[in-house]
Amino acid sequence: MYPFPLTAFTVTSVDNPWTYVVFLVIGFFFGLVLEISGFGNSKKLAAQFYFSDLTVLKVMFGAIVTAMVLLFTGIGLGLVDYNLVYVNTTYLWPMIVGGLIMGVGFIIGGFCPGTSLVSMTTGKIDGFFFVGGVLGGIFLFGETERFYDQWWNVAGYMGRFTLMDWLNLPNGVVVTIIVAMALFMFWGSEQLERIFGKRDLAKEPKLRVAGAAALFAMAVLTIIIGVPSQDQKYSRVIINRTLAGTEVKTPYSADAALAAREMQISPAELFKTIYDQKTILHMIDVRSEADYNLYHIRGAINIPVSQLNSHIKSFLAEAKPNAVYVVMSNDETAATTAWKMLVAESVPNSYILDGGINNWIAAFGKDDPGIKPASTTADDQLRYIFPAALGDRYQSCDPSPIEYEAIEFTPKIQLQMKRDKSGGGCG
Amino acid sequence: MMRQIRLIISELIFSVSQRKREKMSVATESQKKFDLKTFFLNRSKKDYVHPYLGGFLLGLVLFAAFFFTGNGLGASGGLNRFIVLVEDAIAPHHVDTTPYLLKMAGGDKNPLDDWVVMVVLGSLVGGFASGWWNGRLKFETNKGPNISNRTRWATALIGGLIMGYGARMARGCTSGLALSGGAVLSVGAWAFMFSVFAGAYAVAYFVRKLWL
Repeated sequence: MYPFPLTAFTVTSVDNPWTYVVFLVIGFFFGLVLEISGFGNSKKLAAQFYFSDLTVLKVMFGAIVTAMVLLFTGIGLGLVDYNLVYVNTTYLWPMIVGGLIMGVGFIIGGFCPGTSLVSMTTGKIDGFFFVGGVLGGIFLFGETERFYDQWWNVAGYMGRFTLMDWLNLPNGVVVTIIVAMALFMFWGSEQLERIFGKRDLAKEPKLRVAGAAALFAMAVLTIIIGVPSQDQKYSRVIINRTLAGTEVKTPYSADAALAAREMQISPAELFKTIYDQKTILHMIDVRSEADYNLYHIRGAINIPVSQLNSHIKSFLAEAKPNAVYVVMSNDETAATTAWKMLVAESVPNSYILDGGINNWIAAFGKDDPGIKPASTTADDQLRYIFPAALGDRYQSCDPSPIEYEAIEFTPKIQLQMKRDKSGGGCG
Repeated sequence: MMRQIRLIISELIFSVSQRKREKMSVATESQKKFDLKTFFLNRSKKDYVHPYLGGFLLGLVLFAAFFFTGNGLGASGGLNRFIVLVEDAIAPHHVDTTPYLLKMAGGDKNPLDDWVVMVVLGSLVGGFASGWWNGRLKFETNKGPNISNRTRWATALIGGLIMGYGARMARGCTSGLALSGGAVLSVGAWAFMFSVFAGAYAVAYFVRKLWL
């Protein structure tokens, strides 16, 4: 388990008032820094686009590279769990079109939403008008979104897609490239200010060169540190379980939780969870495609273990606090390997089907015509013989909820509430 | 000879005491300046910080947000929730039947129960506090030299309208998408950031009368 971000602060709600205070304090310093940088003044913001004063670019990129370098150093050192940091989901086309529209609004109106708030509270009348306009624009969007809902929700959707995924480069290298690009842009904007803004660069503080060098050195350091391996991440996992009959949460290491059989849910519990409206169930069948085609539980998707890592990103991007992931193989060996990968990458609420598909058939398939027990005893192999590869069309692939209404089990699934991503980014 | 020396000494003493008196009068003046009314209402106006320092400090705030909470900063999302709150009060049925609004205020959901609302409220207070401390609280209109206040107000309103619409379409504004998403290296955030600059630079020449 990583120490940061703090689990206590990842879900804001009235039930957890401290998170409100934390975000208020963060907001306070956000507003304060915008103000002291001159972002309450529309003339200073607009000057960016006439090359006379490139404060906007310097502050923005300065902030991005500072936060990025610190954050990725923390990630490399194993202090921060990148998978729990909100990465804005990429909807490429709405973001590009929306960005172009915002750019036009920026140069006409002279603010962006955050800066206009600061401008308003420091008494700038144009700031008041701009905030009024923003509120109107937001209202208009809410009322017109339905006319192109499809486009807005799917055009260029890429999920949690980072520059590392796009360029296929390690974290540290991308961080260094971004820092180098930012430093080049700082140099370029100073040249523009010299030409268009008639600024005397000799009067600029010498300290900025030292700052740039320190920044670059830290970026290179993130390459050297690297990132923790999946095994290292797995060894840090801590799972809090509320044991039957108690109220307190008991921390387990991942291996201890497996050994205590806290993470293996019975076929009966899985069956009941399929019909539970309060959870979003993802059944992941990690067997070979051949076994999957022979027989699988209705609704299970086939992702062999070797391909699981490439799917974890999408689990993280779409993770809702009530999403439950259940991995299954014929017995438990492959499923346990898959489960270790999921918990190492902080996929919330991951469980293993106790006894696998064999146990599922034992529970629901006794009377299924055609399915016959086989004599094999090899681990993680199907112990049944199927007349045909019917996939999920055997009767027991979708047991009757009426017939098994009163089925009993010891519940193991406990929702962790890691994060509600619905409010991520700008909302 | 003795007389001359005495004269010089007395002159010296006089000039020293004179200087002392001048200093004292300066001191009393500055003491006078320190009354409550001046402290609260007439603070002297200070310069903005150097952009690189501002960027560094903003980066620290952004880092702290990610480090402790896993979330970045935001502005337009918070404003959005105030709008939805009003809509929900006036036309709850409309909110419950529009998928986009439903997510924020459907049924008995409180649209203000979200982290970004707190960030917006905090930034209002923070901006005000800094404006006051640095003597920049003033009712004024910042504009280009060749337009009237009314023109500036109208363009601010129109610009805000366009900005608000675009921000929601992009699922974030400069703070929530460009800054926060940029720092965690989201591809969409970087595409958005360059689009904003491209959009503004493309139009800047045609609206130069507003600013130059």
